[in-house]
Amino acid sequence: MVNINVSLCKDCRYCVKFCPKQILKTSGERNERGHFYPVMTDADKCISCAICATMCPEGAIEVTKGGEEA
Amino acid sequence: MPEYKRSNMLADKPSGYCPGCLHSLATRLISDVITELGQEDNSLNVISVGCSALNILYWSGDFLSVAHGRAPAAATGIKRTNPERLVFAYQGDGDCAAIGLAEIMSAANRGENFTVIFANNQTYGMTGGQMAPTTLIGQKTTTTVYGRDPATTGYPMKMCELISQLEAPRFVARYALNSPKGVREARAGIKKAFEMQLAGEGFTFIELLTNCPTNWKMSPLDTLEYMNTNTIPYFKPGVYKDVTAKEAE
Repeated sequence: MVNINVSLCKDCRYCVKFCPKQILKTSGERNERGHFYPVMTDADKCISCAICATMCPEGAIEVTKGGEEA
Repeated sequence: MPEYKRSNMLADKPSGYCPGCLHSLATRLISDVITELGQEDNSLNVISVGCSALNILYWSGDFLSVAHGRAPAAATGIKRTNPERLVFAYQGDGDCAAIGLAEIMSAANRGENFTVIFANNQTYGMTGGQMAPTTLIGQKTTTTVYGRDPATTGYPMKMCELISQLEAPRFVARYALNSPKGVREARAGIKKAFEMQLAGEGFTFIELLTNCPTNWKMSPLDTLEYMNTNTIPYFKPGVYKDVTAKEAE
C-alpha cells in the first residue's frame, strides 16, 4: 500500500516514470506550494515493490506491505 | 511491516532543494542508513558550502557547518576528539573537487576514520551553474557557453580514481542515483562505509552522481536520461577500492 504525503511532493514525476505497474499518475490537483502531486489510480495492482519510494527525492512516499493502510 | 518509511532524521517539511534534485535523494538515503544503523543520536553531519549545505534546512540530527571546502579538515578534528561518533562530510563537487581539494586529499591520505559523501552534479548549482572541475567535455554552463573545451579548461576530474590511488583509504566507490538499481546500490554502499567507520576501519569515500535540473536547464526526467548517455559513460560507477574484500579473499 502506497501512502503519499502530498505536501512534500515537488512534482519531479520520478515515481510516475519508474512504477513498474504504471499505476501512479500525475493528478490535476496542486498541493499548497503549487506542485501537481501523483495519485494512485489502481491500488489493487500495487505490488508494494517500493520503487516509487526508492526514487522519491523527498521521502514523500511511504510503502507498507499488504493491503492495510499505515 | 513497512517496506519504506521516512527517517526521523528528516524534519516533516520539504527539503530546500529544487524539484527533482538528487541532492535531496542523497540526503534521504543517508538518513535512511543512519536510522537503519540506529545511529540517529550519534551521527554528525559536517557540511560546508554549496547546494550540499541546503540539507541543514530539514536535517534534524546534529550538524556542523564549516567554511567552503574545509569539511574534511573539520571532520578530522571532530572525529579525533569524539572517536565514538559517526562523522560524515557531505560535499558537492565545487566544494570537494575544487576549493577543498587539498583538504580531501590530505584527509584521505592520512586515513582519517570518517566518511566523505561527495555529490557530483557537474556544475556549481548554488551560484548559478558555472563550470565545475567535474563538468563534462562539451557541457554548456554559464562560464562555458560553447561547451567545456579541454584546451583551456582541462578534463573532468575523477575523484574516485584519484583517491583510490592513495594507500590509506579503505573503501572508495561511485554510484549513480538516476535509477532504482543505482539508488539501492548507493544505499548499500553508504551503509557499508558507515559500518566500516564504526568498526574503526579508516577513511571511506562515496561519490554519488547527481543532477541539476535547474542549471542543466532540463526537466527532472530529462536529467536522468542525460546522466545515462553522458555522465555515466565518463564517470563509471563501481567500487574502486575495498580493502575488506581483499582481506576476505
